[in-house]
Amino acid sequence: MSQDDPKENPSARRRFLAQGAAAAAGILAGGGAPGHGRADEAAPPGIPDWTKAPGADVGSQTYGQPSRFESGIIRNVPKGLKQYISASSRTPLQELDGILTPNGLFYERHHGGIPDIHPARHRLLVHGLVETPLVLTLDDIRRFPSESRIHFLECSGNPGFEAIKAGRTASDLVGLVSCAEWTGVRLATVLREAGLKPEARWVVAEGADAAAMTRSIPIEKCLDDALLVYSQNGERLRPQQGYPLRVLLPGFEGNMSVKWLRRLNVTTEPAFSREETAKYTDLMPDGTARQFTFVMEAKSIITRPSGTQRIAPGFHEITGLAWSGRGKIRGVQVSVDSGTTWQDAALQEPVLTRALTRFRLPWTWDGQPTTIASRAIDETGYVQPSFGDLTSIRGLNSFYHNNAVVPWRIAASGEVANGYA
Amino acid sequence: MATRRVAALAGAALLMGIGGGARSTERLGIGRPATQTEIAAWNIDIDRDGRKLPPGSGSVAQGRAVFETQCASCHGSRGEGGAGERLVGGQGTLASAKPIKTVGSFWPYAPTLFDYIRRAMPLNAPQSLGDSDVYAVSAYVLHLNGLVPDDATLDAKSLAAIRMPNRDGFVSDPRPDVKP
Ligand code: HEC
Repeated sequence: MSQDDPKENPSARRRFLAQGAAAAAGILAGGGAPGHGRADEAAPPGIPDWTKAPGADVGSQTYGQPSRFESGIIRNVPKGLKQYISASSRTPLQELDGILTPNGLFYERHHGGIPDIHPARHRLLVHGLVETPLVLTLDDIRRFPSESRIHFLECSGNPGFEAIKAGRTASDLVGLVSCAEWTGVRLATVLREAGLKPEARWVVAEGADAAAMTRSIPIEKCLDDALLVYSQNGERLRPQQGYPLRVLLPGFEGNMSVKWLRRLNVTTEPAFSREETAKYTDLMPDGTARQFTFVMEAKSIITRPSGTQRIAPGFHEITGLAWSGRGKIRGVQVSVDSGTTWQDAALQEPVLTRALTRFRLPWTWDGQPTTIASRAIDETGYVQPSFGDLTSIRGLNSFYHNNAVVPWRIAASGEVANGYA
Repeated sequence: MATRRVAALAGAALLMGIGGGARSTERLGIGRPATQTEIAAWNIDIDRDGRKLPPGSGSVAQGRAVFETQCASCHGSRGEGGAGERLVGGQGTLASAKPIKTVGSFWPYAPTLFDYIRRAMPLNAPQSLGDSDVYAVSAYVLHLNGLVPDDATLDAKSLAAIRMPNRDGFVSDPRPDVKP
C-alpha cells in the first residue's frame, strides 16, 4: 500500500475527501480515479473506487468499445493455417446472449482477403437479360425503397464432418453462424428497375474482392426475399461483411450471399463457377456430388453449458441457439440424460423466419456424468438429425451442410466436452 | 364543389399510378444506363460450354513456364499442392473412403478452369494474366492431369471440346433426405 492510500493513511484520506467535495462543487475538472482500492471494497459493506470518483469523460471513446474486462471475447481465429487470404474465423457463440451477433464478432469467410473499398468509387453493374443495363452508385442504391430484416447467415461447412470431432468449444463446432438486422433494398426492386427479360432464370453475382467471388442465384430467390444490403445492425456493413454492398439470401448457404457486390449478370443458366462445381457441392458415398444445395437445414446447439466450461452440481439454465433456412423454428427439444428422453425448451420471442432463435431450459445437475444435447424442429416439421442418421445417408466426405445434433459430455468433475471427441 | 371533385380524381389517378409502378415495368429512374463497352470490360463470366471464352491461345509449353514462375510456389511444381490446393490426380477416388478432389478428378467443365484462373489466380495477383497466358496455364494443369497431350495448344474451341472425367458426376439436391 502506498503512503497516499486513504485507508492506510488518515491524512491522505482527509485530502481525498476534500477533493471529493471539490469535485461535487464542480471545481475539479476531469477527475482521475485513484484506482488503488482493494478488490473486496466493491462487495458489501465496502464502497468501490468507481463509485467514489467520476469515471471517464463523455465522448472519451468516439466509437465505443467493450469493457476492457471483456477483451477476451474475440473472434475464434484458427492458428497455424498455411495462409489467411482464403480462410475463416468463428463467432464466440458461447460468450454471447440473445440472437443478434455484434458486428465485430460476426463470423468471417473470405476467399481473397478483405478489400478496402472506397464507397464513392464503388459501382454495381446490372446486365445480361435486362431491358436496360444499369450502373448504380451507392448513393443510387440508397435511394431505392429500403427494408430491414433479421436473418442468420451460415457458412455451409459449419462444421466439416471430420471437424465435428476435433472442435472443443461451441464456437469451434458451429461458430460459422451469426445473425444480424440487415438493411438494404430488395434485389427484386433493383432487377425490376433494369427490367427483367422473360428468359431470365438465374442471376450471377460477382464480388469486387480479389477472389471475384461468383455464385449463381435462382431467379425465384431473387424475386422472393433476397436483399442487397448496405447496413448491418444499424451501421454500415463492416469490411469483413462486404462493405459497402452485399447480397443477402436468407436461409441459403453463406457463400452465395456475395460480399463486396459489383456485378449482377442475368442469365438463362447458372455460371457453373468453380464455387458451385469444385466447391460447395456435397460428395456422396457413391462418388456423385450434389449440386446447388442452397438451403441450410434446421440446426441447434447448446451454448451454455458447452465445451471447455465447467459446472457445479445444482441449478443451471441450459441455453442455446436454433435456426432453419426453411423458415421459423417450431420447437427445440433438449435431452439431459444422454438422449434417453427429450423435453421441450422455452423459445425466446421473437421467433423470426430464418433467424437465430434463443432457447432455454431450467435444469438441476445431480453431479452424475451425463450427456446433454438439443435438437431443432422447424415449421416444415423437419427434425435436426443425429450424426449417425445424417452420415448413414451422406457418408463422411460430403463436407458441407452438416447439421447434426451436437452432444456435450459432462464429467463427474463438471467439465463439459465435445460428445463426439 | 368542383375543386373537391378534381382533387378526388387526381388522388385516384395517383393511387393507380403507384399500383401500376409496384406491379410491373414502371421505373423509378435510379442509376444510369450501362454502355456495351463498360459491360464488356467487366463481364468475365465464362459458361460451362465455353461459348463465352475469349480469343487467344496458349500451349502446354508456355503454360509450364507460367506455372513455374507464378503458381508452383503455392501449388507445387507438378501441381501436388502446398499453401495452395492440390491440382492434380485423384481420378477414380471419388467413391472411396479417402476421395481426392482435384481439377482432374472432380471438375466437370474445362471452361470453368479458365474462368477461375482468370478471375482469382495467382492468389497474390489475381486478374494479372493475359488471356493467352490463362489458356496456356490451363492447358498445363490439364496436361498434368493427363487430359491433353504435351504438344497441345488450347483456344476457345479446343478448351471447350475437352470432356472432363467427372462431367456427369453431379446430381441435384434431394434434401430433405434424412428422416428421424
Ligand atoms: C500465393 C499462393 C498461390 C499462388 C501463387 C497460386 N495459387 Fe492457386 N490457389 C491458392 C489457394 C490458397 C487456393 C484455394 C483458394 C480458395 O479455395 O479460396 C488456390 C486455388 C487454385 C485452384 C482451384 C483448385 C480447386 O480444385 O478448387 C486452381 C485451379 C489454381 N489455384 C490455379 C492456380 C494457377 C494456375 C496459379 C498460377 C497462375 C496459381 N493458382 C497461383 C494459392 C495460390
